Amino acid sequence: MSGRYVAAIDQGTASSRCFVFDERARIVSVAQQEHRQHFPRPGWVEHDPQEIWTNVQSVVEAALERVEVSAREVCALGIANQRETTVLWDRRSGAPVHNAITWQDVRTDRICREIARGYGEDRVRERTGLPVSTYFSGPKIRWLLDHIPGVRERAEAGEVLFGTIDSWLVWNLCRRHVTDVTNASRTLLMNLHTLDWDPELLAAMDVPAAMLPEIRASSEAYGEAAGPLAGVPVASALGDQHAALVGQTCFSPGEAKCTFGTGSFLLFNTGARPVASGHGLLTTLGYRLGTEAPAYALEGSIAITGALVQWFRDNLGLIGSAPEIETLARSVQDSGGCYFVPAFSGLFAPHWRSDARGVITGLTSYITKGHLARAVLEATAWQTRDVLEAVNSDDGHRLAELRVDGGMTANHLLMQFLADVLDVPVTRPIVAETVSLGAAYAAGLAVGFWPDLDSLKHNWRKAAEWLPNMDPRERERGHRKWKKAVARAVDWLDDDD
Amino acid sequence: MPGRIQSIERAAAILRLLSGRARRLGVAELAGELELPKGTVHGILRTLQVVGYVEQDQESGKYQLGPALLHMGSSYLDGNELRKRALNWADSLATQSGESVRIGTLHENQVLIVHHVFRPDNTRQALEVGALMPAHATALGKALLARHSYVAAELAGRGRLVAYTPETVTDVYRLRQELEEVSRRGWASEVGELVPGRASIAAPVEDGRRLTVGAIGITGSIDRLCDDGRLHIELVEYVTGAARAVSRELGAIPW
Ligand SMILES: Nc1ncnc2c1ncn2[C@@H]1O[C@H](COP(=O)(O)OP(=O)(O)O)[C@@H](O)[C@H]1O
Repeated sequence: MSGRYVAAIDQGTASSRCFVFDERARIVSVAQQEHRQHFPRPGWVEHDPQEIWTNVQSVVEAALERVEVSAREVCALGIANQRETTVLWDRRSGAPVHNAITWQDVRTDRICREIARGYGEDRVRERTGLPVSTYFSGPKIRWLLDHIPGVRERAEAGEVLFGTIDSWLVWNLCRRHVTDVTNASRTLLMNLHTLDWDPELLAAMDVPAAMLPEIRASSEAYGEAAGPLAGVPVASALGDQHAALVGQTCFSPGEAKCTFGTGSFLLFNTGARPVASGHGLLTTLGYRLGTEAPAYALEGSIAITGALVQWFRDNLGLIGSAPEIETLARSVQDSGGCYFVPAFSGLFAPHWRSDARGVITGLTSYITKGHLARAVLEATAWQTRDVLEAVNSDDGHRLAELRVDGGMTANHLLMQFLADVLDVPVTRPIVAETVSLGAAYAAGLAVGFWPDLDSLKHNWRKAAEWLPNMDPRERERGHRKWKKAVARAVDWLDDDD
Repeated sequence: MPGRIQSIERAAAILRLLSGRARRLGVAELAGELELPKGTVHGILRTLQVVGYVEQDQESGKYQLGPALLHMGSSYLDGNELRKRALNWADSLATQSGESVRIGTLHENQVLIVHHVFRPDNTRQALEVGALMPAHATALGKALLARHSYVAAELAGRGRLVAYTPETVTDVYRLRQELEEVSRRGWASEVGELVPGRASIAAPVEDGRRLTVGAIGITGSIDRLCDDGRLHIELVEYVTGAARAVSRELGAIPW
């Protein structure tokens, strides 16, 4: 192995970034470029795969140039990517047959309902750990096969290939048609137990096996890159949330991270066996390092966290910027008994009530905008507690600390309240870019740049820690009220809505 | 170009003079500096006093910058906003220096800690966000005082400064000299002046209007920050580099 650096691509929903890390996991360089969002119809969201590939090449180039690092000094390239977004391309020409259909796109709503009714939601969940939902790739593939003339025939002949963004990038970098277990676990097509494509699911979704990539570990050399990183092994691929789990070095069962952004994603490492959730969490892959046994995870996603702060700013106009909510919230001592359930489009994990809508409860003449600001922030913490409680009843491991990242971790009031209601310490690492760091770690491990997981754990540095400091009675009373508020949010929609 | 309004230009000149020094000025001194009749200067000062841009000291009858102006200059940027914008730079400063990082703003003559990154060694440390620190005994405070002379003047006006250790600068004249030095070189330091055995280095953060909105700095043991009684120059460079980076983030012109 040669080279003093590892490069990582973070291909996200809004932009592509490239980071260069040194051996101590310090960011040496970074470059970023946004790509266009296409909205051909309401609810449809597409990306141009060629634009993404072009941007990825230019951010890699820019990141290397900025610190005058040559490809020879880079010992591996890792990839973390927006999950579930689906690309179909021509094997011979490499040209996409259509724009990528992104994870947010809901055009497969009808296909999903058919699969749920026909094949059965429970059978899908048993095999994949997932509910049938428009997020996942399988139904998107099916839509493209059904709607783009000639594509089904060519896919059956192996002339048109499918991939999530990791596959698309690896294909362009080194002409290998592979994906990693974490990305494959978000397709509704991979069997969680065999870690291979499930023939029964392929049949149910009517997707030909010939178009699917080979499923590989998250950390292994898939091939050598061409382009600005010519000769550098492409050595990792992970869905972004899974990469963050690795970047936060949550390698032991019972360790968990939560990313607090627009929405929030909690991933809880459950070890070598998949744990079926009785509480509506997703069972997914944490990561798989080389030939080692895979690590499974439970995932709870919360649709509206930072988005509620944005709503408070844009729709109520009570603050000028997201961070100002903390200033406003600190103008009062507590939420004054006010609770805000942001079920704007229903309640997700662990409630799964699509008939719910948002409510603000406990209003009295005493409530000011400061109390509302508190209730907005506290909603994120209570929702996290709901997810963690579901995890606790699905899995025997107990959480000792929650590792956090994402934009909302800048909010001290929120992080302290989170520690208070979860009753565990909340810690923030010094490298906030946990997604790209995770991709770099997995790639570096594959080529021996880092010897083992312990050396990575050693790199993890605590930048801040919030310790629980709330009277248990107060915590339980608050939680009881929150549950009452949730109960008031459900059963709102009627048949004729 | 439309005609310039002479009285506004003169008012601006008066404000500039009052902000440029760590002391109050009388009508006669201002008139002398500006080469204007005392009556003219007095009229302008009276108007500025009404809008709160200057205030008159009861005892000496001299003038200083007023609270309205201070508010516009120093606290327009929300501390939580500053933290959010500075987050990544504060993290990399902690990584580079191996020391804890704090960002502070002036709050009624004291330094309010708006951000704190632990020393990256995974030892148990307590978050100090929200704490108030004495301005004259911290590097953050000195970096801020050097840019807010009216606050420094107010501190000085209180007579003796509190001593936290034998090293604390309690002499107003010495502090003023040090602030001039800080102002000249662009960074501040404190060695054992707040807590024995500890030192800190800080530099001011500016926004797009070149107003000082806060300061960022590191704190650590004197053994690590100093060599033979002198601060490590590369640590100083990390701090000034981080201050520049945050300033750029806030729209300040790179310098
Ligand atoms: N100081 C803050 N307090 C509360 N919420 C914040 C704060 N700063 C940012 N946010 C919220 O965090 C979200 C942005 O986080 P980020 O991790 O950048 O998002 P994403 O990657 O999901 O786009 C926004 O929804 C914003 O409202």
